[in-house]
Amino acid sequence: MDASQTVDRVARNAYGRLIAYLAARTGDVAAAEDSLAAAFLSALQTWPVAGVPERPEAWLLTTARRRQIDAARRQQVQTEAMRRVYESTVQVAEEQDSFPDERLKLLFTCAHPAIDEAVRTPLMLQAVLGLDAGRIANAFITKPGTMGQRLSRAKFKIREAKISFEIPSSRELAGRLTAVLSAIYAAYGTGWNDVEGADARGPGLAEEAIELGEMLVLLMPSEPEVHGLLALMLYCQARRSARRGFRGEYVPLAEQDPGLWSLEMIDRAEAALAAAASFGRIGRFQLEAAIQSAHCQRRFGQPTDWDAIAGLYFGLVRICPTLGAITATAAALGEARGALVAWEYLQQIPPDAVRSYQPYWALLGHLLARLGLVEDAREAYSTAIGLSHDSACRSFLQGRLELVSGSSA
Amino acid sequence: MQGRDNRAQETHDMQYSLLFQLTPAEYKRRENPEEYAAFYAAFMPYFQAVKDAGIFVTGAGLAEPETATTIRWTETGTEVQDGPFADTKEQLGGFFVIDVPDLDTAMEWASRYPAQPGGGCEIRPVLPPRN
Repeated sequence: MDASQTVDRVARNAYGRLIAYLAARTGDVAAAEDSLAAAFLSALQTWPVAGVPERPEAWLLTTARRRQIDAARRQQVQTEAMRRVYESTVQVAEEQDSFPDERLKLLFTCAHPAIDEAVRTPLMLQAVLGLDAGRIANAFITKPGTMGQRLSRAKFKIREAKISFEIPSSRELAGRLTAVLSAIYAAYGTGWNDVEGADARGPGLAEEAIELGEMLVLLMPSEPEVHGLLALMLYCQARRSARRGFRGEYVPLAEQDPGLWSLEMIDRAEAALAAAASFGRIGRFQLEAAIQSAHCQRRFGQPTDWDAIAGLYFGLVRICPTLGAITATAAALGEARGALVAWEYLQQIPPDAVRSYQPYWALLGHLLARLGLVEDAREAYSTAIGLSHDSACRSFLQGRLELVSGSSA
Repeated sequence: MQGRDNRAQETHDMQYSLLFQLTPAEYKRRENPEEYAAFYAAFMPYFQAVKDAGIFVTGAGLAEPETATTIRWTETGTEVQDGPFADTKEQLGGFFVIDVPDLDTAMEWASRYPAQPGGGCEIRPVLPPRN
């Protein structure tokens, strides 16, 4: 392995740990990123000539901290924070081989209540995984320049408002952890793929989200919801390649070939869900994972138990009554107890809330078609088509619309 | 059953124009009646969804770039020529002006346009009226 490959490998494996360690001591994420970027650059120049140091991470850390201190001196900032940096640099020079993992504190800082909810996920992806603003902007369909500004503003706020890098006290923990988990799940970016013909808004950053989920399991092994979220993402990921046909067409869950679902990924998901269940404290992500687990039974030749799935959804709606959860509950009800029951269940949603919500219209079209209400079904399908972002979903719904129209002739 | 009443237009603080750029292949598709029908089967629901959301201000679809005539202003006067202003592969095929709270929402609506690969949509804020 040559020097630049070593730099790449260290960057991939240790980026979040290095940033977390640097930022936790100063409260300044942007400065930590700048100094670490400079350290990586310096490594790329030095290592090919002088050789790769024995402990590359410690080398990068020491170099980055010298940069931080130099920068502070230039600005003649003599803050308490900078004194601490200096002191701990001396300390690192002595210890060299290990430094504490502060990524958990960084995750909680990124999802702090004082940070705008919309920027928590992007901030986490950038600060912990090192993703660039352009890639994040693309995943969230946002102007790249605007995304960069939002990230800078969030980092500025962390520094200026002195948002502390700490793990919340047990009193606050549940609420703060939910914010971290939601931010990670938002990066996963899956649609409600159990609602037939519902599309996801953006391509999402599925692998990155799973990486964050795995990281969180290592850092908080005794929180059931942490395992629950990882299980949920792994179940969805297991079915990913079956969601598109040979010609890129959308394949609804009911028509997917379970043989294409990844057994390895389902096994990992089952293990994570079992770990979560061992604590005996149910939560939103565990329920969602359990629903996905029930769907995955088809991989083992079992029929789908729609009654069980509807029951789990009722539990989910009780603790997390989102539009997505209510829509998916209705979809499960439609399979378990018929289209009319599902349609009645949907009536609880105020029309204004779903006017531009594509999964609702896709499901409504499906239910009305089953009830033989051809004109209403056509209208609902048409609305779902107009609201789709994804061309494969759009074509699938157009096929369903033609099918309904044909049945009326 | 589910009413699709057109919501009374609410006025937000921003208007954006969505400028849809089409490829030569996309213009070619329009000459084929079957493909023309396929495009409209996807486009009309999109247009309806934009109207149902109460954000539509105005818009138009444009005829092929070959039908364009351009007037240029030069130092010495005007010059008239056949064809579109810019000699680019992709050409403006139509536009919407929509009234939404922010750029993110405008982009969300733009991304729902049933486009073909190679096409694009330029999103630009509309200048506020001058008093």
